[in-house]
Amino acid sequence: MQPDISLEALIAGDRLEFARLVDAYSNPIYRLGLRMLGNPQDAEDVLQNTFLNVLMHISEFEGRSSLQTWLYRIAANEALMLIRKRKPEMDLEGVEAEGSAEDVIPSQFVDWSALPEEELLSGEGKRTLDRAIAQLPESLRIVFILRDVEGLSIKETGEALNLTETNVKTRLLRARLFLREQLSAYYRERMTPQERGTK
Amino acid sequence: MTAHTHANCENLLSSLSEYIDGGLSPELCQEIEKHLTGCENCRVVLNTTKRTIDLVQQPENQAAVPEDVRERLFKRLNLDDYLKPSSR
Repeated sequence: MQPDISLEALIAGDRLEFARLVDAYSNPIYRLGLRMLGNPQDAEDVLQNTFLNVLMHISEFEGRSSLQTWLYRIAANEALMLIRKRKPEMDLEGVEAEGSAEDVIPSQFVDWSALPEEELLSGEGKRTLDRAIAQLPESLRIVFILRDVEGLSIKETGEALNLTETNVKTRLLRARLFLREQLSAYYRERMTPQERGTK
Repeated sequence: MTAHTHANCENLLSSLSEYIDGGLSPELCQEIEKHLTGCENCRVVLNTTKRTIDLVQQPENQAAVPEDVRERLFKRLNLDDYLKPSSR
């Protein structure tokens, strides 16, 4: 749910309202930075640069998207810029982002979905998930983060990333199938033959 | 491992995300559910994809801003006066 922040107060330079905005969105923006860049120092840079940008440009905000979507757009741009700086050879619009969803054909068919929560949310389970997300190409990862981690709609994700809804849907499906495949390969090894065979 | 390339399975795969997100028409949902009844592999792909999304959204997997990072952020933004302990 979007917190109740007054745009008028922000534009008028109300510092308390800006502090409320910062507190409301620090966690998701820090998480975005952490997932995109993979280390706390870069995540902190994304966080600081995002809000410095907001502070600088809030008076130019035209309300074509929601304030939340605008914030995520700034944060995503900051993260992608930092990635380009760190890895200049990276082509973010590269071939891995395109192609059809169908080329991520599942090859793992073991049903681990009913494994107990304590196993799926254990330290090792969490690390496996983190690693799998980190392996996603950046252009798919940012879509997955906005849509599935932070809960933006397809339309909002498209607005934040300047992508069509069709493009968001294709990237999201590819990201989801990629992660599912990685987790399936991991949990397959941890299930007993009985658990695997009965599913 | 057998490749999962049956035509109906491919159709399901391309609609999987929208099916999970509830964005398909009732007619398409019905068609998918009919296919799922007879296709174990697709049921597994559906269950495990849903579970993958669900795991990502668990609070245990959601990092929060450390307090020292929050403090530096408030200072950088000249918001020191409003730096009350976070309620999170």
